[in-house]
This record gives sequence, C-alpha cells and structure tokens, in this order.
Amino acid sequence: MGKRGQSQSEMLKGTLDMMILRTLVGGDAHGHTIAKVIEHTSEDLLEVEQGSLYPALHRLEDRKWVSSYWGVSENNRKAKFYRLTAEGRKQLVRETSRWRQMARAIGLVMGEEGGAQ
Amino acid sequence: MNWLRFLRRKRSDAELQHEIETFLTEETADNEARGMSPDEARRQARVKLGNPQKVRETLWAQNSLLPLTNVGHDVKYAFRTLSRTPGFSIIAVVVMALCIGAATSLFTIVRSVLLRPLPFRDPGRLVMVYEHHRGAGANTPDFTYNPVAPADFYDWRSKTHGFEDMAIIRYAGYNLTGERGELPEAVRAAAGSWNLFQLLGVQPALGRAFTESEDRPGNTVVMLTWSVFQRRFAGDAKIVGRQIHLDGRPFTVVGVLPSWFNYPDVGIQLWVPYKADATPELLQHHDWHQSQVVARLRPDVSLASALAQVRAVQYQLHLQYPRDPVNEDVAPRSLNEDLAGNVKKPLKLMLCAVGCMLLIGFLNVSNLLVARGAARQKEVAIRSALGAQRATLIREQLTESVLICAAGSLGGILLSVLATKFLAHAWRDLPTAQSIHLDGAVIAFACVLMFAAALVAGLLPALSITGKTMLKALQTSARTGASSVSRTVLRKSLLTVEIGITVVLLVAAGLLLKSFLRLRSADVGCGTENMLTLGYSLPEKKYDTAEKVNAFNEALLEQVRAIPGVRAAALGNTLPAAGYWGDFVFMVKEHPPLKAGEDLPEGLVRWADPGYFSALGIPLVNGRFFTNDERVARSYKVIVSHQLVRQYFPGDNPIGKHLHVPAHAHAGAPGDVDYEIVGVVGDTLYQVGKEQKATMYFPILEGVTGGGNMLAVHTASDPLQFSVPVQKQIASLDPGLPVSDVRTLNQVIGESLVNASLSATLVLAFAILSLLLASVGLYGVLSYLTTQRTSELGIRMALGAQRDQLLQLMLVDGLRPALFGLGLGLVLSFAATRIFQSMLFGTKPLDPVVLSGVIATLLAVAVLACLAPAWRASRLDPAQALRTE
Repeated sequence: MGKRGQSQSEMLKGTLDMMILRTLVGGDAHGHTIAKVIEHTSEDLLEVEQGSLYPALHRLEDRKWVSSYWGVSENNRKAKFYRLTAEGRKQLVRETSRWRQMARAIGLVMGEEGGAQ
Repeated sequence: MNWLRFLRRKRSDAELQHEIETFLTEETADNEARGMSPDEARRQARVKLGNPQKVRETLWAQNSLLPLTNVGHDVKYAFRTLSRTPGFSIIAVVVMALCIGAATSLFTIVRSVLLRPLPFRDPGRLVMVYEHHRGAGANTPDFTYNPVAPADFYDWRSKTHGFEDMAIIRYAGYNLTGERGELPEAVRAAAGSWNLFQLLGVQPALGRAFTESEDRPGNTVVMLTWSVFQRRFAGDAKIVGRQIHLDGRPFTVVGVLPSWFNYPDVGIQLWVPYKADATPELLQHHDWHQSQVVARLRPDVSLASALAQVRAVQYQLHLQYPRDPVNEDVAPRSLNEDLAGNVKKPLKLMLCAVGCMLLIGFLNVSNLLVARGAARQKEVAIRSALGAQRATLIREQLTESVLICAAGSLGGILLSVLATKFLAHAWRDLPTAQSIHLDGAVIAFACVLMFAAALVAGLLPALSITGKTMLKALQTSARTGASSVSRTVLRKSLLTVEIGITVVLLVAAGLLLKSFLRLRSADVGCGTENMLTLGYSLPEKKYDTAEKVNAFNEALLEQVRAIPGVRAAALGNTLPAAGYWGDFVFMVKEHPPLKAGEDLPEGLVRWADPGYFSALGIPLVNGRFFTNDERVARSYKVIVSHQLVRQYFPGDNPIGKHLHVPAHAHAGAPGDVDYEIVGVVGDTLYQVGKEQKATMYFPILEGVTGGGNMLAVHTASDPLQFSVPVQKQIASLDPGLPVSDVRTLNQVIGESLVNASLSATLVLAFAILSLLLASVGLYGVLSYLTTQRTSELGIRMALGAQRDQLLQLMLVDGLRPALFGLGLGLVLSFAATRIFQSMLFGTKPLDPVVLSGVIATLLAVAVLACLAPAWRASRLDPAQALRTE
C-alpha cells in the first residue's frame, strides 16, 4: 500500500466506525450491503476499503456496539449480519455530535460552508 | 487486551474468510446484474476487495496480544541464532548450569540449616540459656557458652518469672539389651525435664510425654524416638506400656516421639526424665556443668528483662559458692544458632565461594555474548540502517541471554538435586541433615538468580553493540584493523575482573587446603599407627561396686594383652583426639589461695590404667606412671600433662604437690580429698586443630562406676583384623555387654577432620571450576582478537614482521588482562582472607607457598589459553590474511 492510500484510510478511520453505525440504524445488514450503502449515500465519493471494513466491524463487535449473527442474504446466501446494539446507538449519538462540532469548526476556520473532506 | 479474542482468533479468522467469500459472491452478482460477463464480474469483485490476505492479517494482528506475539517471535529468533552456533550455546548453558547448580544446592543447605525455623511451636520465643564466664568478649570466637549445672537451673526456674517455662536436657548413654536374646546395643540417649516436650510444643506420636511425678531420681520410664521404634521394635504400637531393658534395668515405655523430632541431634535414640538417672546429690551440685537449658519467653516479656532476672539469680549463686566454679553470668543463644553454631562459618565461606563463582560465570557468559555481538556487528548495523529500533535489537539480545539462562538454570536445578543429596550426606556436622531437600523457595531462588543473570549477561553486550551510531558501525565493519577499540576494552576489563575473582578463590582454596594438610599431619602426641579403639560401658546395676568394675576391666586388659599379635592395650575413659569429654577446676594445695576475682585453674579430666601411657606411646616427662596397687581407696593420685605444669607450676617441681578437685565425686571418699601428683606426661591433643590443654589423669582403678570406657589396642599388624578377637574377649566376660565405635585411632582422627577436608575440597572444586571458566574466557577473547586482527596481521607480515614477533605480540596482548587480573586478585585476597583467618590452622593468610602457587598456576593456565590463538596468528598465510575481510 502506498503512502497516499494509507493517509486516506487514516483520515477515514475515525469516521468509518461512525458511518457503519449510522448505516445500521436503517436495519441489520451484512458487510457487502454496509459498504454499498455508504458508497451510494455518499454519491460514490467515499470508497470503503474492504481491508478496513471487516476489521472495523470486528472491532465494533468487540466493543459491544454491534452484535452479529449468521443469516441469509437477499440473494439467498449465507452471510454474517450485523445489528446495532443499544450501546452502539448511544455511541452513534456521541460520535455524531462530535462530528458536527468538528465539521463546523473546520468550516469556520476555512471561512466557508464546507465539510472536512 | 482481550484474552478471549486472543484465544478465539482462529475461529474469528475462519468467520472472516467466510464473510469475504460472501462479499465476493454478492459483488460478483451485482456486477453480473450490471451486465458484465461472469469472468469479468468475478475479476472486478476481486479488484474491489483488494488483497484478502491483507484483510485477514489486519484482523489477526488486531486480535493478537502484541507483546506476547513479539516475545514469541523473539524467542523463535533467538533460538534460531543460538542453534546456528551450537558450540557457543552449549558452553554458555553448561557454565550457567554449573553456577546455578552450585548456588542452589548451597542455598538449600543454608536455608535448612540457618534460615528454616525449627518445627516447634512458636520457635521465635525459644531460647537456649547458658552459663557464661565473663571476660571473653561477646563476639569473639572464644565466647564461652558454658553448660548449666542442674542446681543452678532449678534456682533459675523457681526464682525467675520472665520465661513461660524452662526445661533442662543432658546427654546420656545406655546399653539396650533384648528381652528375647537380641543383640545388645549401646544407644545414645538424652535426659529431659518432664516439661520439655510441652515447652517445645511436641506431641508424642504414640502414648504420652513424661509427667511431673515421673521426673524423680530412680524412676524408670522412657520415651522412644521414631527411629529406634521402627528399627528395633518394628513400629509395633503395642510397645507403649511395655518394658525395655536399659543397662539391665526394666524401663516402661510411655510414649513414642514423632518421626520429625530429631532434637538435639539425630543420634539420640531414647529419652528419660532428667532426674531419673541422677543422684539427689548430683542435682544439688552447682558445679556439675553437664546440661543445656531451653526456655520459652513469655509473650509480654522481652528477652533482656527475662534474662536480667536469671542473671541476678546466677550472680547471687556465684557469690554464694566462691570456691566452686559457679559462673557469674548467663548468656542466651537462639535455638537455631545453637544447633547450627559449628557449621555456620564454613557455610558462609561456601556461600562466598559460590558467589564468586556465580560472578565469574556471569562475566563469562557476558563475555561470550559480547564476542557473538562482534561477529554480528554488521548484521545489527544493516538492520538498524533498515529501520530496526534500538529497543528491538536490545530486546533480541536479552531474549538470547534469557534463553541461555533458562536452559542453564534447568540444568542447574537438576544438578543441584544431585549435589544437595551428596552434600547433605557428606557433611557430618549438619544438624538437620535429613530434612534437607529442594523446595519451592529454592526453585524461586534459582529463578531470581536466573533473571539477574540474564539481565547482567544480556544488557552489557546489548548496550555495547547497539550503542554506536549506525554509520560508525558500518564503517568499523569495513576492513580497518583497529576497529572496535571500545569493545575490546570492555571485554578485556570483564576478563580482568573475572581473573581477579578467580585469584581470590584460588588463594582461599590454597589456604584451606594447606590448613587441612597441616591438620592431617598434626602431631596428636601419641602413637596412631596400628591402634584399634573401641568403647564399652559397664551398666551400673550389674557393676555397682568399684571391685566389680575393676575385676572386669583388669580381666579384659589381661585377656586382650594375651591375644597373639597384640603389643599393648590401654584403657581410659577416653582417648587422645577423641574429643573434649570434660574438665574439672582445681586448686593447688601448696599454692597461696587465689585472690578474689582470679580464675580457678582448670584442666581436662581423663582416667587411665597403669599401662595407658606406654601403650599409647605418651612419653613420661617426670615422676612415674600409676601402679596396679593404686586402686580404690589408695588411689588419690594424679598424673598431669606437661602443659598443666607449664601453665600452673612455672619453674616449680610439681611432683609431690597436691591438687584439690572439688568436682571429682569419689565413691566412698571423704569430702575433701587432695590428689598427689605422681607424674608428668607429654601433651596430647584432645581434638586435632584445637590448642592443647592442661590435662589431669586419674587412675581408672579407683573404680568409677557407670560411664563409658575406651579401649585402645596396639597391634603388630592391621588393627581392624583384631576387632573380632577383642570383641570375643568382651563377650566371654559379659555376653550382654555391647561394644561401640570400633575404629582405628587414625579413623577417629580422620572423622574429626571430615568437615575441614570437605570445606577444603569444595572450595578447591569451586576454584578449579573458576580457573577453567577464566581460561575459557581468556581463550575466547584472544581467539576473537586474532580473527579481528587477521588483516592487520597480514599487513604486518607483508611489511616484514617475523612470525615469532607476531607470536610475541599476540601473547603479550592476551597476557596483559591476565596480569592485571592477577594483581587485582592478589589485592582482593589480602582483604578477603582476613575474614576466614580463624578457620585456618597453622596457616597465615599471606602464606608465601600458597600465594606463589596460585601465581604460578594462574600464569601457566593463562599462557596455555593464550598460546593457541597466538600460535594460530603467527601461522597465518599473509596472502590469505590480506584477502580476509
């Protein structure tokens, strides 16, 4: 992996967990769906690297913010589904407000209405 | 860190693979839906996923305990590097094993002898109380712990209140005879006051302890120790309540002591009440110093104040009996110290020797590691150039030395199991020999040692390797000859210290050895060749009058002297070199009375038959020996040793003078008997290694009843061949009389030297081992220097240096640290040998023979160790050497 890619994924790192949690608000999903939803919702601006997605999912599961179970996907395939836990919901609220503050602060500094990208 | 996650990471990995598989199929399906061909759809899906291995690795690392994994890596890496150089690894492990083995086995013994509390109830409050004669300083080796007289003890016990209780013990001996025709046996016994076992907190394994009413003169009850109970009575519990025969009298067994109970020593087979075999008169004596007193402190009283009370009572007694040898003071001693007293010093010396050896071992392993480091210098430089952190490199080094030390200590523990068994067996004086075994604390000690060793042995080379900057390291590993000056200095100073300590050990061993040889060849003062000795003890019940005793003794002497091949026979209560036995104070009747505060003269006391001195080859200096006529009431004669004359009759003729000996209880004699000096004989040693002491000999034909006799038989040939004929003569006179301690006089002397010989041998063994280690170190350093300087040597040769010049160069280079070490060691030994000066017999700490021997040995070994690499250096092929990198 090159230096650029590394810095990109690093920038995403804090936000990826948050976005995964946000995606799961809409209902239980497996890894592929989560990635697809994030990409679609961001109008394909964000590309989720599988190399970070799965470790992130396992990490969230360890922290008890999501739980997992094996289910059957929409295409009738066995897949591991993730579900947002109550604890995860609280975490999402915390992260969202923090993110809003950060985005606003950066926007102010940059003197324009904008994001952190 | 999540342990659960760590343990389940395999399963987690399997799940992940499954998930990735799902992702690929989903993505492929999506792509196909977008109209791609199946192959293209699959390919695009894989492109999107990226490297699945990478995903797995990330998750695996996330689930791993990082430090643990690193340790695993380090261990694996260290193991590989070590197995690449098996020679080095094996030497290092063996060095460690020897060091740690020696250290743990010595620690085991020290622990069980000096540190482990006795298995008594609350042993911290138990204390021995001795009488003490003021004048000798408290911490000098000749501080006197005098045995206690029973009358003193009974006064202490009734008049003081600082102790919860006090008990009294005295050694005794009996002939144990069988009821059903078993062989008679002489057993060692102890007499203890009835409260002793209760005071110590010992419950009998069977039966009960003595009661207060049983502790009176003439009573016949006995307690068995576990060993005699098992050995002689086959562990039959029915023995309690039955009778056994001691000296022909029936004693009732009231109890059996537990198997662990071996106080005050292992040899004790029976216990009787303290007063049982003492006459009421003896118990009144304030000068019958035969007993030991053990006391238990009250929890609310300090030792000092409890002792002060006893001291006051004793001082009163001293004033009350000015003409008797009643001590004016008392002295306490902890129970542990009391039992360990004799072995403490040699043990501490051993510990010092082992400490030195440990240090040498560590220095050696450290030196070996530095040498390895030098060989791997380039590797380390390249790795740090590629970004390896210094901490990582140091950690790897440390791991290597920990591995060596772990293997070494494993070997060391195995070794120490064997060594401990050997030592506990060989060391006669150890009080608790059979309770010595390896235990958890000792293993812990070994582990602590190991980690200390690893840290010392690993850190030094690790720091020295990684200390320099990368560039410098890369430079020095180029072919410049004078490369790592600093490291050479480090190695040479390690070596110097190592050799210095070796010299100290060698000097100590040399001195102990010389002292032992002196002891061996010490003149006992009598003939020792072809001398058979044996002991017997006439039971008082059967031999109750002086006439009966004399009849037996004289008949025996006559019969033994008649055996063909027997040159002479001597009968006494003890023999030269067989121990202290006892002493009496006396006054010379013809001398003016002693001034107040002046010490009473004292001398060892012995009984001898008329033929004693000539049979043992003790010369007559003046006067005459005893005659057969001087017996019973006509026997108020005494023969004194030359030393007594020198000490108490300076410039005076002692013959015809009279000694007044208050403590000499003479059956049927009037109260005040004076003994006329009839002869002066040559001095003998009561124990090899001790100063000779003034001695009095009384005629054995005065017919002392009770007590043991020693017979010495001077034979024409091998004395042990006469042991059966002599024993047959005894059996023919009294078939129920057991014989004990059948040995030659040389064996008696040898046994008293067993411990001195063991100390000398062990320290010598440590010293030789250290010498070996030091020479290995010397050889290693010089070999390494030679390889390092190969190209330099090649250049010298090319410029015209002669081979013998090179040989000389390398030799001098190697011998320099040896010489420095020698100097350092000699200085250290001057200090060190003062510490154990008191253990030396007839040898000065700066013995020139020993010192020159050590210097010569060390130099010879050093030259040998340097010669091989130096020789190799001088045999180099210059062309080859120049090409070598």
